[in-house]
Amino acid sequence: MSELVPEPRPKPAVPMKPVSINSNLLGYVGIDTIIEQMRKKTMKTGFDFNIMVVGQSGLGKSTLVNTLFKSQVSRKAASWNREEKIPKTVEIKAIGHVIEEGGVKMKLTVIDTPGFGDQINNENCWEPIEKYINEQYEKFLKEEVNIARKKRIPDTRVHCCLYFISPTGHSLRPLDLEFMKHLSKVVNIIPVIAKADTMTLEEKSEFKQRVRKELEVNGIEFYPQKEFDEDLEDKTENDKIRQESMPFAVVGSDKEYQVNGKRVLGRKTPWGIIEVENLNHCEFALLRDFVIRTHLQDLKEVTHNIHYETYRAKRLNDNGGLPPVSVDTEESHDSNP
Amino acid sequence: MSKQQPAQFINPETPGYVGFANLPNQVHRKSVKKGFEFTLMVVGESGLGKSTLINSLFLTDLYPERIIPGAAEKIERTVQIEASTVEIEERGVKLRLTVVDTPGYGDAINCRDCFKTIISYIDEQFERYLHDESGLNRRHIIDNRVHCCFYFISPFGHGLKPLDVAFMKAIHNKVNIVPVIAKADTLTLKERERLKKRILDEIEEHNIKIYHLPDAESDEDEDFKEQTRLLKASIPFSVVGSNQLIEAKGKKVRGRLYPWGVVEVENPEHNDFLKLRTMLITHMQDLQEVTQDLHYENFRSERLKRGGRKVENEDMNKDQILLEKEAELRRMQEMIARMQAQMQMQMQGGDGDSGALGHHV
Repeated sequence: MSELVPEPRPKPAVPMKPVSINSNLLGYVGIDTIIEQMRKKTMKTGFDFNIMVVGQSGLGKSTLVNTLFKSQVSRKAASWNREEKIPKTVEIKAIGHVIEEGGVKMKLTVIDTPGFGDQINNENCWEPIEKYINEQYEKFLKEEVNIARKKRIPDTRVHCCLYFISPTGHSLRPLDLEFMKHLSKVVNIIPVIAKADTMTLEEKSEFKQRVRKELEVNGIEFYPQKEFDEDLEDKTENDKIRQESMPFAVVGSDKEYQVNGKRVLGRKTPWGIIEVENLNHCEFALLRDFVIRTHLQDLKEVTHNIHYETYRAKRLNDNGGLPPVSVDTEESHDSNP
Repeated sequence: MSKQQPAQFINPETPGYVGFANLPNQVHRKSVKKGFEFTLMVVGESGLGKSTLINSLFLTDLYPERIIPGAAEKIERTVQIEASTVEIEERGVKLRLTVVDTPGYGDAINCRDCFKTIISYIDEQFERYLHDESGLNRRHIIDNRVHCCFYFISPFGHGLKPLDVAFMKAIHNKVNIVPVIAKADTLTLKERERLKKRILDEIEEHNIKIYHLPDAESDEDEDFKEQTRLLKASIPFSVVGSNQLIEAKGKKVRGRLYPWGVVEVENPEHNDFLKLRTMLITHMQDLQEVTQDLHYENFRSERLKRGGRKVENEDMNKDQILLEKEAELRRMQEMIARMQAQMQMQMQGGDGDSGALGHHV
């Protein structure tokens, strides 16, 4: 897709701060209970999260997703047949699960992309992926401009794309660069170094440095993007992540072993047990905390406020400023139950 | 006859003894003096540890000043062929080892053409040998033919990739292929077994001819037979390479140090490095023989069948061949016309016998 949009990305609309008079409260009012109310609401409604995994076959994508969400949510679990052949073109397979923790329900969709990067000729193999992402934006847009809108539009947009880098120890591959160049503009990309137990500590840090440098030199903005840091606090936190931790070098496993009296997730080799959640062994725990525990909501917000808005602006511009109303709305209207 | 024979040498005074049992020793001494030549090609994607493995195998550093290009540079690069020769000597035996590296293989987004360069290199070496063999000075033929190709399979996949299959099918009739699973410390033992089995199944499915170790002769001792059996059962070898010395269990070993343990390169329980080295050393002679007797002979018969005309481009279309044939025909016709004219002149000048046309040609 050619870059026809020269205008800067629309910043999230920040209303002018109203001139406020700092008044001292004379007693406890109870305004802070709104946080509790919001929390209760979120728990009841639950939320959607769509994560896409991209990378060559065999890099441990399915295992990692299972490890991230501590349940069998990936394609590997859905099909028993491990003797699958590599598909001839890139396929998009979305599998949805509802998982619950602490009363909070999450509708998690894992979007897998088997066939990416596996052929002899991998030219434009990112196109089906880009098409899928744009299709989800289109679906959301159609719902939004509908006359009779649903109360809660089902969100199938991809909030996060984990891109798996092969741990060669040398540098990125040309395919990695091309993919990230094209897709960092439409989706949040989090680069991840797969099967990190291949590298010793020195090799790992050298490789990470080289990858970071290559990404910078080629102008690839991975999540968290620099331009969307809202305030100083975010900036310092994200800077630290961007310049030191990313890309995360991870190891995934869904098998448990006994180490020092505890049961841990790991990989057992003749020379030792690699513990997935041990920060001395790999950075899985950092990735998990980053994606799930601290930046989950932010991923969704950036997707909604920035990537989706960019898509919407482009679509409206193409249509001459009018929303894309057409015969299609009739169809989608009928298909609504 | 040399006097330094081992004790098991038959007593020369035994009646009926001729002495040609000493021939193998003579051959041995001559080859030791001449030295051995061996060309090994390594093929595989970047970052699979090929250079490290070669350095570990031969305990040397073949790539002292190496610059690894970044991804943006790799986009423009095509497959290169880099040959480095090193002379290794051990206990008086000289080995002239040439390692042919193929940087750029498998890097491009579109790898369709990536093995053309490699195949033409192999063919060139055969061509050169054929030319030398048919030439006048045959005493000093240098054998640069590729005797063995280590094909590195990535341990990250679920088996062979389409590129692996296509490449091996393209060269299995030209060179001995030894498939090697690289970076074996990525895999647990179970994963390793599964991957080996998967690869063997896929090799059979696609009818790829890899190098088969010859069975031990029946007159070899049990140890050797057992060793050969073990080697054959471990193909494809899954290896780890390293030249770093790590302290483990009180002694210094070559290996890789991880926070969770040390992978020892020369420990047969950790990987098949020793097996690969044994196979290469004990079968160096056999690899050369198979190259000479099978692959080279195949090439030679194909080549000679094609005739003296050197076919530059394999896919010359039929039109071009037709045009060439027509041009040749025209030339022949001109020659005949010229000869006819000559004969005419002779006839006018000399006897009156009508020269038989087309007398020679």
